[in-house]
Amino acid sequence: MIEALLLMLGLGGTCAAVLSIASRVFYVWEDPRIAEVEGFLAGANCGGCGYPGCAAAAVAVVDGKAPPSVCMVGGPESAANVAAVMGVDPGSAEALRSLNTCLGGHRAEDKYHYLGVQSCGALANMFGGKRVCSIGCLGLGDCIKSCIFDAIKMGPDGYPVVIESKCVGCGACEKACPKNILTVRTMSERLLEFNQEDAALAPCRQTCPAEINIPQYIAQIRSGDYEGAVHTIRERNPLLLSCGRVCPHPCEDYCRRGIEDEPVSINQLKRFAADIEMDSGKRYPIPCAPDTGREVAVIGGGPAGLSCAYFLRRLGHSVTIFDMMPELGGMIRYGIPEYRLPKKVLEWEIEGILNLGIESRTNVRFGRDFDMHSLAEEGFEAVFIGVGAWSDYRLKAEGEDLEGCYTGIDFLTKYAINQQTGQEIYKIPIGRKCVVIGGGNTAIDCVRTLIRLGAEEVSIVYRRTRKEMPANAVEIDAAEHEGVKFHFLAAPVRVIGDEQGRVTQLEYLEMKLGEPDASGRRRPVPIEGSETLMNIDMLITAIGQGPDMSFVKEDSSLEDLSVTRWNTIEADPEILQSNIPKIFTAGDSYTGASLVIEAIGGGRRAARAIHLYLTEEEIKPVPKSLLKKHIPESLFEHVEGIKPKARAKMPELPVTERIKSFAESDLVLQQKDALAEAERCLNCCRICYDPDADVA
Amino acid sequence: MGDYFVLAISSIFINNILLAQYLGNCPFLGTSKKMETAVGMGMAVIFVLVMAGIITWITNTFFLVKFDLEYLRTVVFILVIASLVQFVEMFLKKSIPALYAGLGIFLPLITTNCAVMGVCLILVNEEYNFMQALVASFCYAVGFALALILFAGVRERILLARVPTPLQDTSIALVTAGILSLTFFAFKGMV
Ligand SMILES: Cc1cc2nc3c(=O)[nH]c(=O)nc-3n(C[C@H](O)[C@H](O)[C@H](O)COP(=O)(O)OP(=O)(O)OC[C@H]3O[C@@H](n4cnc5c(N)ncnc54)[C@H](O)[C@@H]3O)c2cc1C
Ligand code: SF4
Repeated sequence: MIEALLLMLGLGGTCAAVLSIASRVFYVWEDPRIAEVEGFLAGANCGGCGYPGCAAAAVAVVDGKAPPSVCMVGGPESAANVAAVMGVDPGSAEALRSLNTCLGGHRAEDKYHYLGVQSCGALANMFGGKRVCSIGCLGLGDCIKSCIFDAIKMGPDGYPVVIESKCVGCGACEKACPKNILTVRTMSERLLEFNQEDAALAPCRQTCPAEINIPQYIAQIRSGDYEGAVHTIRERNPLLLSCGRVCPHPCEDYCRRGIEDEPVSINQLKRFAADIEMDSGKRYPIPCAPDTGREVAVIGGGPAGLSCAYFLRRLGHSVTIFDMMPELGGMIRYGIPEYRLPKKVLEWEIEGILNLGIESRTNVRFGRDFDMHSLAEEGFEAVFIGVGAWSDYRLKAEGEDLEGCYTGIDFLTKYAINQQTGQEIYKIPIGRKCVVIGGGNTAIDCVRTLIRLGAEEVSIVYRRTRKEMPANAVEIDAAEHEGVKFHFLAAPVRVIGDEQGRVTQLEYLEMKLGEPDASGRRRPVPIEGSETLMNIDMLITAIGQGPDMSFVKEDSSLEDLSVTRWNTIEADPEILQSNIPKIFTAGDSYTGASLVIEAIGGGRRAARAIHLYLTEEEIKPVPKSLLKKHIPESLFEHVEGIKPKARAKMPELPVTERIKSFAESDLVLQQKDALAEAERCLNCCRICYDPDADVA
Repeated sequence: MGDYFVLAISSIFINNILLAQYLGNCPFLGTSKKMETAVGMGMAVIFVLVMAGIITWITNTFFLVKFDLEYLRTVVFILVIASLVQFVEMFLKKSIPALYAGLGIFLPLITTNCAVMGVCLILVNEEYNFMQALVASFCYAVGFALALILFAGVRERILLARVPTPLQDTSIALVTAGILSLTFFAFKGMV
C-alpha cells in the first residue's frame, strides 16, 4: 500500500516537474488572449466551427481570422465574452451575416429528374446539379441541416431563407453549400463586393455602373419595406436622392421586361424610396465598421469624391474631403440646375454623408492652397483625386470671345453661385435671342435655364442629329416642350460682332451624315456653300469639357503622374490606382465627362483599392470581374409570360408653370403608382424570373 | 526477423486496432469525413502511439512489475500518456514548428484516444520485449492510419450514392465500418 502511494506520488511529481520544466524550456510566446478566448469557448472540441478543436479556434480568433461568434455551441453568450477579450464591443463589431443570393426555388427549371440521396452536396457532384442554372440553389437544404441555430428555413418557393435575427455568422451554411450561394460576410465585405462573372445578377444589375442590387430594392418596395430598399441602394450608392432625379438610367435599356414591353421605371422607384426617407424627416441609421485610424484625403467633393469618402468611412477609415468651391457636390451642385435637383435636397443628402464622421474643408484648391507634401505632413496615407471635368472645350472659331459669349460650365456655375449666394459679380446678363452650341447635358441645362431666365428665343445648334445627342432623352423632350428650337446638322464656323465688340450673328455650315466612323456613328460632313447666318445676342458653347489638371504643374511631387491625352489621370480600370501608388482616382477626372452614377461606381471601386492599399498593401483585382460586361446567358431574345402593362408616367409640372420658375419640374410617383410599377418588375436573376401572374 | 514480420502483419491487418479490436471508434467516425483530415489524424496517431508504447513499456517493466504494482497499471498509463502528449506538444511547438503545424492540432485530441491506451495495454499483456513492443506499437498505429484512410475514401464516395433516408450519415457509416471490418476478418486465417 505504501509502495503504491509512493509510486503514484513520485510519478505524479515527476510528470508535474518535467512538464513545468518543459513549459519553461520550450516556452513559445503566445498571445495571452488566446488562453482567455479559449476559456470562453464551449470546450467541446466538436470542430463545428471548422477549426480542429477549441484551441485552434481561439488562435484563429486572436489572429483575426475568425469572428468572436466562432463557437457554435457557446452561442451569443460566448460571442459576447470573446468579443470583450478582443476589445471590440459585440454591438459595433462587424457582425457576420449569412445571405442567400439565389432566388431560384421552384421557378428555376430542372435539367433532369433526380432520385439520389437528398443532399445538395451529393447532387452537386452530378453534372453540377439538377437545375438548368449553372450557379443556382439546388434546394435540398444542406444549409438548413448545417445550421444549429435554426437560422435558415425553407421558404415557400423552395429555396432557403436566412432569418437574420437568428444568424450568428458561424459560417456552417457557407461550408455546407456546394454552390457557394449562401455567403457569410461582414458589412465591410459586402460593401466591397463587385459584380463577378459567376454571380447571380439580373441584367439591369449587370448594367448599372454602381452595381446596385436593383431587383432586391424593387422587391422591398413591393413588400412595403421602404427602409430596406433605401439600405439596399445605400450599399452601392450614397447619392440616391440625386441619382433618383438626374440619372439617365442605363439599367433600363437592359431591363428584361423591356424586351417584350416597356422597361420597368427603375430610377423613378429609386427616387420614390429615397424621397420617403427624406420626407419622413428622420434618417435611417447607416452602420460603419469600427475605426481603423487610417487617414485618407479625398480631393474633390463631387459624386466621385463623396462616394469614395462614404465607402471609406463605412469601412472604418478617417476621411477628409478637400474642395475648391464653397460647398460640396461638384457638378451636381454647380452644373445641374435647381429645377432638376433642388439644392435643399442635395444639401440633405450631403449632410447625411458627412454625418458619418467625414470632415470637409472647402474653399481650398489643390495645387494652390495645399499639395501632396502638405497632405503627407498631415498624416494622410492615401489620396483620392476626383476633381471632375471643369474645363470647357473651346470652339476654336473666330470671334468666340466677343461680349455676350460664354462657355457652358462657366455659365452654369456662375449662375448657380449667383442663385445660391446672391453675389452680384456672378450675375450674367441674359440676351433675347440666345443660341447654345452642343448636344450634351450641359447644353440642355443651359437652354432650359435660359428659358427660365426669360430669354425670348432659345435655340440649340448641334452638328449631328437628335438621335446622336448624348443628353438624356427625357431632357431633350422636356426642352422641346418648353419651347427650345433645335438646329440639327449645323456646324458653327464663325461668330460675328458689332463695333462695340458685342456678338450679333453666328455663321454655320449645314452638314449631312456621311460614312460611319470608328465609334459607329455616322460622321457629319459639311455641304459646300451652305453658309448661313443667324441673328443672336447671346452665345453659349457647351461642346464638352475635360479635367483641369493645372495642379500637376504646380506640385513638383506630381511631375511623374501619368496623364492621358484627354487630360485624364491614367489608371487601371479595375484598381483605379495611378502610377504614383498612393494616388487613386475615379469620376470625370478619370473617365472624362461622364455620368453621376459612373462617378459613384468608380468612387466605390477606388475605395476598395484604397482599403486594400491601407490594410494589405497588395491590391488584387476583383476575381472574374464583370466590369459592366454582360453575362451572355442572361440576355434573352424573347421573354415568355409577359403581359404588357403601361409603365408609370413621370408626374411633372405643367410646362406653362415650370418655365416661369426654378421649382423642381419632375415630381415623385404616388405610392399606388410606385407599387404598381414595382409589380411590373420580373424579379430577375441570371436566367430565372417571375412571369406575370395573370398570363394565361 | 521472421517473427517481426509476423508481428507486423498481425498488428496491421489481423488484429487491426480499429476493425478487429474496435478501439478508437470515436476518431474513426469523427475524422473520416474528409481524406485530408484522415491523413493528418493517421500520421499524428503513428507519432504518438510509438512514443506512448515505448514509455509505457518502460514504466511497466521498470516500475510496476518490479514493485508488484500491476494493479495500478491503468491509472499510471493514463497519467503517463497524458503527460507525454503534453510534453511532445510543447517540444514540437518550440523545436519543430513545421511538424507542429501539420500534426499539432490533432495531438490534444489523441490524449484521450482509447486506441492509444488499448495498444499500450496489449503490449504489456502480450509480454513483448522492448524491440517487439516498439515494432508492434508502430504497426498497430499504421493499421489505425490504414483503416482510417480507407474508410475516409469510402465515405467520400458514399456521398454520391443513394442512401435511404433513415440510414443516412452516421448509420450508413457504421454499416460500412461493419462491412470493412468483415473484410479484415479474412486475414484471420493467414498466420
Ligand atoms: C451641366 C451638366 C449636367 C449634367 N447632367 C447630368 C445628368 O443629368 N445625369 C448624370 O448622370 N450626369 C450628369 N452630368 C455629369 C455629372 O455631373 C458628372 O459626371 C459628375 O458630377 C462627375 O462627378 P465627379 O465627382 O467626378 O466630378 P465633379 O462633380 O465635377 O466634382 C469635382 C469636384 O472637385 C472639385 N475640384 C476641382 N478641382 C479642384 C482642385 N484643384 N482642388 C480642390 N477641389 C477641386 C470641384 O470643386 C468639384 O467639387 C452633368 C454634368 C454637367 C456639367
Ligand atoms: S424586370 Fe426587374 S429585375 Fe428584371 S431586368 Fe427589369 S428591373 Fe431588373
